[in-house]
Amino acid sequence: MTSELIGFALLFGTAVGLAVLTGRYLSRVFRNEPSVLDGLAPVERLLFRLIGVDPTQPMPWAQYLGAVAVTSVVWVVLAVTLLMTQTQIPVWNQGGISPMDWTLALNTAISFLTSTNLQHYSGESGATYFSQLFVLTFLQFMSAATSLTVGVALVRSLRAESGASPGNFYGDLVRSLTRVLLPLSLLVAIGLVFAGVPMTFAPYDTIQTLQGDLVSVARGPVAAMLPIKHLGSNGGGFFGTNTAHPFENPGMATYCLHLITVFLLPMAFVCFVGYYLNRRKLGVIIFTLMTGCWLLLTIPIMQQEWAGNPAISALGIDQSAGSLEGKEMRFGTLASAFWCGVNVVIPAGALTSMHDSYTSLSGVFMLLGMQIDAFYGGVGTGFMYLFLYIIIAIFIGSLMIGRTPELLGKKVGQTEIQLAVGVIVAQPLIYLGLTAVAVLIVSRAPDGGVALGWLGNRTAGPNGYHGFTTMLYEYVSSVAGNGSGFESLGDNTPFWNLTTALAMLLGRFIPIVGTLLIGAQLYQKPFIPSSSGTLPTESYTFGALLFIVIVIIGALCFFPALAIGPIAEFLTQPR
Amino acid sequence: MKTNLIPAIRLTVVMLILTSVIYPLVVAGIAKLAPGGGKGVTVEAKGRVVGYALIGQKFTDDRYFNSRPSAVEYNAAGSAGSNKGPSNPDYLKMVQARIDTFLVHNPTVKKADIPAELVTASGSGLDPDLSPAAAKIQIARIAKVRSLPTERLTQLVDANTNGPLLGLFGPSTVNVLKLNVALDQLR
Repeated sequence: MTSELIGFALLFGTAVGLAVLTGRYLSRVFRNEPSVLDGLAPVERLLFRLIGVDPTQPMPWAQYLGAVAVTSVVWVVLAVTLLMTQTQIPVWNQGGISPMDWTLALNTAISFLTSTNLQHYSGESGATYFSQLFVLTFLQFMSAATSLTVGVALVRSLRAESGASPGNFYGDLVRSLTRVLLPLSLLVAIGLVFAGVPMTFAPYDTIQTLQGDLVSVARGPVAAMLPIKHLGSNGGGFFGTNTAHPFENPGMATYCLHLITVFLLPMAFVCFVGYYLNRRKLGVIIFTLMTGCWLLLTIPIMQQEWAGNPAISALGIDQSAGSLEGKEMRFGTLASAFWCGVNVVIPAGALTSMHDSYTSLSGVFMLLGMQIDAFYGGVGTGFMYLFLYIIIAIFIGSLMIGRTPELLGKKVGQTEIQLAVGVIVAQPLIYLGLTAVAVLIVSRAPDGGVALGWLGNRTAGPNGYHGFTTMLYEYVSSVAGNGSGFESLGDNTPFWNLTTALAMLLGRFIPIVGTLLIGAQLYQKPFIPSSSGTLPTESYTFGALLFIVIVIIGALCFFPALAIGPIAEFLTQPR
Repeated sequence: MKTNLIPAIRLTVVMLILTSVIYPLVVAGIAKLAPGGGKGVTVEAKGRVVGYALIGQKFTDDRYFNSRPSAVEYNAAGSAGSNKGPSNPDYLKMVQARIDTFLVHNPTVKKADIPAELVTASGSGLDPDLSPAAAKIQIARIAKVRSLPTERLTQLVDANTNGPLLGLFGPSTVNVLKLNVALDQLR
């Protein structure tokens, strides 16, 4: 066990080291300073000519938000069309794939557009190779590039000089792809194919096993999809069981590679903030806070899983290797739980083990991590959430000591605070509201909703508390853009497809629009050098205040729901 | 809206070609140089392909080292875990039934020694591995069925055990398919 813990520390250290380098590189790229991949400039010029935009032309805020909206609509229309007709497209079609109805196609398109990747279909039976590449991989690239781009736009608006434009959306989007996401993906994909991850267009294979059974084995162009799935905080895997599938994750070498790519850009973005604004200390404080909170959530999950499932211990067998239901032997309990802790705070939400089978208290920490979504958080979007908490903390802190609320030399006014509070409160309203609707249907409908064909195999009977957690988890995961789930939810029904699609859209675009509006407000304000009347935001005291604000808001919003979900399940489980 | 629509459509077409045609074809080209040529690494025995090294198989025969329970019965056309929650009564009944079955097939094993992995299903339903302990606890049964000395089987398991990566990452594992192929080759 000790050697495994040393391994995790090394893995984390490697990720931090690479993230610092990547953060500095991002700062150079988005400042248009010379950087390693300048050789790509002619290719980019060609791309911009084909697209027909001038990347140096700054866009006003309204046009910028318009570009985010229009590209999103174009991508959803394209994705829904391709998914609904996938069985008729003869190219890269391995056969035997079921068509998607419109609710599933819409849910899938929105879930990949919003970087959530809830995946109500199962990759092996629900998507052709063509769909995997032209819809799912494509949208993972685009949503990641959009997250990075809008994150950069927010950070630009925090610069000392004032102005009227966050840059050119298309310019930053294309550079996010050519300078960051595509080169890194190619590098990681090469590592993966040599570690045994398939990359083939050949159809599924049929083999006769050693014991004599005939078995069909799903495969496909897997290695191209996985790097962007993790780099972009997406999490949409090729196969139904995601990163737990041995073809997605053959062993500990690929586990380490995958985990570093999950960590890399969310961490690097925080470093980017420090480098780009030339406020290293702010970057360090935010990074420390995020790391501390992530550990506070991950360590209990590892501890709970290592202690094992008490209900299994009660059956009298050996659980010294931890709770192994839903986990893979090549990772074991600790590495599975560690991965879980990383992937609930970073909304890649990829799975190397099935969260539904985790011990009940682990669910508390998973839900908290997803709910706050800012302990690293997603590429670009994680910093957006933290930024909202920073605005609220500045407001509260300034009130407490009687100073004017200021952030990095810009006065924080009424509009900014209203927007920040609005977005932070909107999140729990969406997932708690939708959970309440689902619970109402389950409790009122005969058969717990099964008769309506809405709620799948959901049972409100003997497994009631866990059933509640399952529904809550689905909505929290949707709003947070995480995309992991308790898979016992029979989630491919019109009810779940449509309500989670709504949750994902609101959960993605309310924060993006809200924070960019705050950015637009701040950007227009004059820079005031800090004085003794300023609440110093670049201090560990402010970091502590920020932590307290997050804990208070999180606890107020969420504790009642946790109490009737995982905590009640823990208190009533068989011992 | 109008100012953005045309660039958005042109961007989409250009990026589809880049991310969904050029990039995957480059990766597929490189994969041809990798072990298995990007099609997955297979294992051969008895002069034929008996499976993929990474994809677990159902072994329920007493003559073989048995693999873990699977929610999809090792049907690799799909993948799934059991996903029933930790304290679901139906789930606990199923685990109890697996314990009883295991004890019938392995009468010399004490219940408290059964490693949990042998009665719990994996995440993917295609777990190719066991821990060395879960392999060794089956040795007495296999030795009896195959009339082999237990020492040779212990050596076989040890020879097929892969330690943690660099001694630091992950647990020790035994690939069940490779172990059983080697078992068939024992004379």
